[in-house]
Amino acid sequence: MQNIDEKAVLKRLMTYVVLIALALVILAPFFIGIWTSFLPTMSIAKGDLFNTNLSLDNYIAALTKTPILRYLANSLVISTITMIAQLIFCSMSAYAFVFLKFKYRKLFFALFLVTMMLPFEAQIIPNFQTIKSLGLLDNYAALIVPFLTSAFGTFMLRQSFKQTPKELKEAADIEGLNHFQFYSRIVLPYNKISLITLGAYSFLGAWNQYLWPMLTTFSNNSRIIQNGLKQLQSEETFNDWGMIQASAAIIVIPTIIVLFIGQHYFKSGMNEGAVK
Amino acid sequence: MLKTPATSEVASEKKSVSKKKFVFRLNANDKYFSMFFLGPSLLLLGLFVFYPLFKTLYISMFLTDTFGNTTVFTGLQNYVNLISSADFMNSLFVTLIYVLAVTVLTITMGLLLANLASKKLPGIGIFRTLYSMTMGVSVAVAAIFWLFMFNPSTGFFALVSNALKLTPINWLTDPKNAMLAVIITTVWMNLGFTFLILLGSIESVPRSLYEAAEVEGASSSRQFFKITLPMISPTLFFVSTITIIDAFKSFGLIDLITKGGPTNATNMLVYRIYKDAFYSGNYAKSSTEAIILTVIIAFFTLIQFKFLEKKVNY
Repeated sequence: MQNIDEKAVLKRLMTYVVLIALALVILAPFFIGIWTSFLPTMSIAKGDLFNTNLSLDNYIAALTKTPILRYLANSLVISTITMIAQLIFCSMSAYAFVFLKFKYRKLFFALFLVTMMLPFEAQIIPNFQTIKSLGLLDNYAALIVPFLTSAFGTFMLRQSFKQTPKELKEAADIEGLNHFQFYSRIVLPYNKISLITLGAYSFLGAWNQYLWPMLTTFSNNSRIIQNGLKQLQSEETFNDWGMIQASAAIIVIPTIIVLFIGQHYFKSGMNEGAVK
Repeated sequence: MLKTPATSEVASEKKSVSKKKFVFRLNANDKYFSMFFLGPSLLLLGLFVFYPLFKTLYISMFLTDTFGNTTVFTGLQNYVNLISSADFMNSLFVTLIYVLAVTVLTITMGLLLANLASKKLPGIGIFRTLYSMTMGVSVAVAAIFWLFMFNPSTGFFALVSNALKLTPINWLTDPKNAMLAVIITTVWMNLGFTFLILLGSIESVPRSLYEAAEVEGASSSRQFFKITLPMISPTLFFVSTITIIDAFKSFGLIDLITKGGPTNATNMLVYRIYKDAFYSGNYAKSSTEAIILTVIIAFFTLIQFKFLEKKVNY
């Protein structure tokens, strides 16, 4: 490697400069947010961001003086239940579309496809009335029941189930497995990756809900973290930026860590998954 | 998280060996099994998707009282009223501007980042992780981070312009800037996911194509436009439609950052639907707007389906 091209080295250096510059621009709001979460609110208000008087006070205040842990717990419970329910119901309906033959199968499948074209945002009025008449307002169930299944999840799993080798079905028939056994012992384990992908997708979907929980929950007992953060912001009339940033950090840091660890797996999951 | 078309080709090749059709054995049992397997999802979708669709359509053809009860049948009058209302047309207009800007910026920046991060350099993994980080940021957290950036007195941009003795920008009080603020925040949030999908797609382009171009002395920008771009165009199309659909449905960031203001400059469709129903109690108007949104979203989803279908059958 004696004759390393000077031009090539320079080019490589430039690439790194651009890479770093872009990373800084993209991460700026993030870093500034995390940095200010360690600063006293007084310094932030004075615009004194280069303070080195760092402390965890904002975090302690956020954790002890606000219901943020309750909001987090609500979000965790609702997202987990939604995820499990979607895994069960979507895989069941996907199984029906792939392995069962019944009347109007094509029609039902078309209905599922149509469902994917309809935005939930456009259906909030009747859904609100339904939840209200079921007496579920301001209850976990209000945030879970409408999302127990999903047409997208069914569609995605159907695409994956269709790839299950024919030989497995034949072997199951010879073994005399019924549909419940074939579904639970063979189809589900065989499509593990797609199920994990759908699980991640539905969990995040529930976690990031905003409009629907805003309409249907109004107490800290059922409010999820996204709406909880807004609540904190509007309650802090004096704009306690330090504490608000600390609350944001408390929520985002675990997600980022999970993302770091899970990125490789998540990426391969996304690529294994859906549409063919 | 639909799979990107480009990567699907690879996977389908891998699995094509076992891609034979199932032989269905029709027996009487299937009827009961299918009721058991399909029943729950069908029931839920009926109650929370199809019933609301028809109910919304129904309400949109009536006048309603403040409780949302229908009173007088008016046919398509609500639609006529909406289309002739300057206020609604403004909402439609700002939504279109927003969708267009968000989509163009998200795709361009995602492409730029993905192309850079696809280079085989030491330490590139770190940049890939950093660029995909906004994927882990939820809507409320993104709003807080950016509200601090935009804050007129203590915000980061205000500090910078003070330090440089520039006139500070009124991010959230000036209509044009407020729209810009919402666009910036949305693009920032979208970037992580778009980047990852496009990176995956660029990486699946066969190396040999670039090697051949290298031999012929093609510059890297020429390689990008002549090889990368055409090869990943299915994924690009796919990501664009997802971005468009998501942008039409935007609500959270608008509620958190501008509340549709100032002077309706960011009063987009979904925000309008919400306000008209849950603030003004005008359920008929809100339902009419909801149907218009449904038509728009259905249109773009259909385009996406048509396209995916082509990919499937190829």
